[in-house]
Amino acid sequence: MSVQLYLNDVHRSFDGFKAINGLSLAIDKGELRAVIGPNGAGKTTMMDIITGKTRPDTGEVFWNGTVDLTKVDEAGSARLGIGRKFQKPTVIESLTVEENIAISLKDDRSVFGTLLNRQSAEQAARVSELLELVRLSADRRRSAADLSHGQKQWLEIGMLLAQEPELLLVDEPAAGMTDDETMRTAELLRSLAGSHTVVVVEHDMEFVRALDCKVTVLHQGAVLAEGSLDHVSANPQVVEVYLGR
Amino acid sequence: MLRRLIDFRMGIFLAVLFVFVVLVPAGNLAVEGRIVPSYIVALLGKYLCYALLAVALDLCWGFCGILSLGHGAFFALGGYAMGMHLMREIGPRGVYGNPVLPDFMVFLNWQELPWFWLGFDQFWFACLMVLAVPGALAFVFGWFAFRSRVTGVYLSIITQAMTYALMLAFFRNEMGFGGNNGLTDFKDVLGFDLSADSTRAGLFVLSAVALAGGLLLGKWITTSKLGKVLVAVRDAESRTRFIGYRVEGYKLFVFVVSAMMAGVAGALYAPQVGIINPGEFSPANSIEIVIWVALGGRGTLVGAAIGAIIVAAAKTLLTGWLPEAWLYVLGALFIIVTIFLPQGVLGAIEGGMGRARRRTPPKEAEA
Ligand SMILES: Nc1ncnc2c1ncn2[C@@H]1O[C@H](COP(=O)(O)OP(=O)(O)O)[C@@H](O)[C@H]1O
Ligand SMILES: [Mg+2]
Repeated sequence: MSVQLYLNDVHRSFDGFKAINGLSLAIDKGELRAVIGPNGAGKTTMMDIITGKTRPDTGEVFWNGTVDLTKVDEAGSARLGIGRKFQKPTVIESLTVEENIAISLKDDRSVFGTLLNRQSAEQAARVSELLELVRLSADRRRSAADLSHGQKQWLEIGMLLAQEPELLLVDEPAAGMTDDETMRTAELLRSLAGSHTVVVVEHDMEFVRALDCKVTVLHQGAVLAEGSLDHVSANPQVVEVYLGR
Repeated sequence: MLRRLIDFRMGIFLAVLFVFVVLVPAGNLAVEGRIVPSYIVALLGKYLCYALLAVALDLCWGFCGILSLGHGAFFALGGYAMGMHLMREIGPRGVYGNPVLPDFMVFLNWQELPWFWLGFDQFWFACLMVLAVPGALAFVFGWFAFRSRVTGVYLSIITQAMTYALMLAFFRNEMGFGGNNGLTDFKDVLGFDLSADSTRAGLFVLSAVALAGGLLLGKWITTSKLGKVLVAVRDAESRTRFIGYRVEGYKLFVFVVSAMMAGVAGALYAPQVGIINPGEFSPANSIEIVIWVALGGRGTLVGAAIGAIIVAAAKTLLTGWLPEAWLYVLGALFIIVTIFLPQGVLGAIEGGMGRARRRTPPKEAEA
């Protein structure tokens, strides 16, 4: 299996505080990986580095073994096929649910291409299909601002899928979801793995268990342990910094 | 296509505008005894230019969140570009009778026309510059500002600094734009006497056409997919980047289009008021444009035009009565609108109509 995402000895500090401190990580194509760790462990910063929002001070970040992600900006990473879901759900509140999906569809992103764009029948069908998948078909003409917190999370997942990414970076998707929604999200992410590479940051242990995948524990900006959930849960260091709290 | 551009509010507004376009010149020119005095024609023409300027600002502020406090500069540059042509058209009829040099240059003992005045004797060239100069300034300014991700208050402050700097520059005689007197004493345009009622009526109609054109262009842009992306940039800039859009390109596009539209408004304004001077660059002017848009209804295009007309009309009436009170009234107006009418006048009217409509069905059921 080939490596989709490769981080080697990455460092990044903010005003002397080492948010990422020698982080190395390899994620295979099609893999589902859960990243856990206490607050401030550097999980979000790791995603910022992968997507070009934050530049590492030192270290390597490679995409498919060839593209140097430290030279790419946010839009560039999205165009390479990296889709990102934020910790706090961010949808475009003034647009309708379906417009949110429509602007996210994989398509020409140039200014004039967008100005002259007309939605094709296939794209319209794709929008409907995605709305069905994230269970928002009934709300398609509602303003995104009117959705519940959980529905916004789902809409954002729909926007992510509309981009047809190869890699999905999902930051705390279960936050603010009901138990039922949480389990459905886990199910969806599992179904996406294989055809997509999926990296999920999560706090909720039930959720991580439901994902049933390899787990990486992050602590103080570096990997503390890696393996199955049972394996890392048995690690006394992990218990001390995270699980035992 | 037409359905996309002309929705309910746009339809009503354009219809009312059309009625004015017919009645005002007719009342001035055709009817015996002049129901509409000439100064009213010029005044209304000026309001229409302001309305177009407001639409321009709404396009970049209302839809893309770029709060420019320097749009008066683009308006003034358009006005100067047209004014330069009108100065050249005076020819030997100036006070000093110099066939090439405008009076103020003769007065300053200049021997020849500065290079940047060349070409302005041609009307088409001036028209090109009306678009090109504000457009180029917006492009260069936006290129640096948006690429370095200057947003929010910081962006507003530097746009304000831009117009202030231009004002100081245009005040200087050595700049070659007439110093603090600006450009004035225009005689005619394309051979039509600017003091003739028919020419004034023509400029009024042209301003209305430009306003309608600006509104339709704005509608076309904002209802396109690009328009949705602009709203996305306004609401969640970072999210938009992660969808794969290069946000700076979109901002630059809308900022340049908006600046050009402001330039056209200025170009129509200069011949109708008969003067363009550095006062048009003053920071307070640019702030007033923001008030028009906020008052009319941000992000509605038509509302911005209505807001400009309401405030300009109020200003005309009030400065007649109580000149000192105007700035206080304007300030109070702004505070009242931001607190009580966050959607602007248009939002309040439509909100009221919506409530009335929602109330109607039960009443019908009773009857
Ligand atoms: N842009 C930034 N500027 C300053 N400090 C930051 C920035 N981004 C992250 N940090 C700091 O880095 C640390 C790691 O944050 P984060 O990656 O958000 O942790 P997590 O997502 O694991 O909770 C935190 O202490 C945070 O304050
Ligand atoms: Mg985080």
